[in-house]
Amino acid sequence: MNSSWIILGATSGIARAVIRKLAAQGHAMFLAGRNISELEAIAADCRLRGARMAEVMSFDARDASNYGQLIARLRDEEGELNCAVFTGSMPDQEVIDANPNMIEGVLADNLTGPATFLTMFAPLMEERGCGAIAGVGSVAGDRGRLGNYVYGAAKAGFATYLSGLRNRLGRSGVHVMTIKPGPVDTPMTYGMKLPLMTTPDAVAEDILNGLKRKTNVLYTRKIWRLVMGIIRVIPEPIFKKMSI
Amino acid sequence: MDWKDSEYAGWGRALRAKGAIARPDTRAALNRLEAAPAFGMRRSYGDAALNSDGRAVDMSSLDRFIAFDPDTGQLQVEAGARIGEIASAFAPRGWLPAVMPGTGFATIGGCIAQDVHGKNHHHMGSFGQHVSELVLLQKGRERVVKPGTALFKATLGGLGQTGVILRATIQMQRCAGDVMLVTERRAPDWETHLALLDASTASYTVGWIDATATGDALGRGIVEEGESAAGLVKPRKGARKVPLDAPHFALAAPVVRAFNWAYFHRVPARGRSVVRPLQDFFFPLDKIHDWNRLYGKRGFHQFQCVVPLEAADSLRAMLAEIAGSGLASPLAVLKRMGPGRAGYLSFPMEGYTLAIDFPNRPAARDLIKRLEARAAEAGGRLYFAKDSLAQGEQIAAMYPDLPKWQTEVAKADPAGALETDMTRRLKLRSAT
Repeated sequence: MNSSWIILGATSGIARAVIRKLAAQGHAMFLAGRNISELEAIAADCRLRGARMAEVMSFDARDASNYGQLIARLRDEEGELNCAVFTGSMPDQEVIDANPNMIEGVLADNLTGPATFLTMFAPLMEERGCGAIAGVGSVAGDRGRLGNYVYGAAKAGFATYLSGLRNRLGRSGVHVMTIKPGPVDTPMTYGMKLPLMTTPDAVAEDILNGLKRKTNVLYTRKIWRLVMGIIRVIPEPIFKKMSI
Repeated sequence: MDWKDSEYAGWGRALRAKGAIARPDTRAALNRLEAAPAFGMRRSYGDAALNSDGRAVDMSSLDRFIAFDPDTGQLQVEAGARIGEIASAFAPRGWLPAVMPGTGFATIGGCIAQDVHGKNHHHMGSFGQHVSELVLLQKGRERVVKPGTALFKATLGGLGQTGVILRATIQMQRCAGDVMLVTERRAPDWETHLALLDASTASYTVGWIDATATGDALGRGIVEEGESAAGLVKPRKGARKVPLDAPHFALAAPVVRAFNWAYFHRVPARGRSVVRPLQDFFFPLDKIHDWNRLYGKRGFHQFQCVVPLEAADSLRAMLAEIAGSGLASPLAVLKRMGPGRAGYLSFPMEGYTLAIDFPNRPAARDLIKRLEARAAEAGGRLYFAKDSLAQGEQIAAMYPDLPKWQTEVAKADPAGALETDMTRRLKLRSAT
């Protein structure tokens, strides 16, 4: 059966690793993002690695005006549709503290932009009655922490959105998976000292396995499920004095 | 953040460096950086990729395939693309890189900068002979380099000193499919081993050598011959990992002797033919990720030299000295090379090449020094991709085209911004 993947935020470090693996499996790839020339390069790479076809789409999480057009294009594509969301931004908390108007952008990149697109896309998925949506949240969304709570709030919102979408689309045979990566060694985190770091390639492997098994919430690396489980149960009177 | 303070090493882990490393994943990110030597997957054993107390650019994220012409077999890729990924993607479609080194993790940029060779060197020559175009970044500007020019010859095998290699077009070669038909034969001694290598007409030929065997069995080994084929074999499972640095006795002499004995006798006396996944034949060691950790924290050295055909006896004497030392590892390879080479500092010459690992210990370092002297005396050459111990004067005598290389490098990088630990150790850019 023909199957297609639309990738939002296709130039992100994790996205690139996932895209490669999907291309090698022969899917049609729709690569969406802001940096068109970079996307063209990734599309060429996809075709040479085995993708049935690869097409570039302009997608800006902060501007929903063309989402309708994108979805119309996807409607023309026969067969199973799938969508993976990697859009997001993570400015330093101190930078946000100094410029509170940045919060709107962080929320758009991590939550409202992708949620708007997915909400418009969902009816088409329901119509087809198959396929999957994978969205990237973050372990940072599991509890508000001193170091990055605006980013964390946006990711928490997106995780809650995906949970609801899963509830809705599960009824028509569409699977929704929430991905919660810990720190991944990508250009976004390059040079930072972060615990339990993993590679984009390992995360991509986990994501494809998770999709195969229809995992609902995927922590990668797996240890993060335990770590965040512990962090979540720390009572607030104690947690508020900690800086982890 | 562009630059990260790091401690890093060559593949042998005996030589290390501290310095700032950048890892751009787009051209725009690369353009932001000031000139610094570039490296790929750091599969060179010594210090070719190191720049102590300086900066270096990790090119492994600039690894896209750019274009392929199925009529001509010309493939253009970014310099960080791995040779093994290219083989995996294209072999099912009937194409392979014409030359592949012994690890699939080597990048195209690395293959160019070391002008690597493969198990088919006797037919196909070196990697650089199949490069039809490459693009260098010189002082912030792109420069297209074509075969036949002095700059091309200075870049192939040129250790990255003529500019950062951005992308290259390579001529792929037709293959029957993504499996290999492999014939293995025992060679009970040195003479038979050389005779089998000399007589081989197969596309790919390599000899594994038991460097612990002495006396009548000196030079014994297994000669492997391969042809590409189509068919179904179980694809190789995911690579295994070495979880921690092995203790120093993991590769002690009795262990190696026992391993080698078993490895030799695994092939029946009458020989055998087997079908193998392509990756298993070309990149056997890639099956174990980070196998360099088997040598423990101190790391190891690899010695590889080539000597002219008529100096085969000198090579035999070197092997006898190695076997007598009890320092050898299981990983030793003997191969007959053809004359093919693409650059001023390319390693190959028509003759026999021997490659062997030694743990990083004083006795082994002394032995390697003696082997290097013997190689020089025999009119042979040492391989920059492996070397970590040689001296500048020795190298200058082995590479007669060094002055021509220096002229081109002086033009390309007058400020010496691309110097590495290796070029400084061997005084490559200043020796006369």
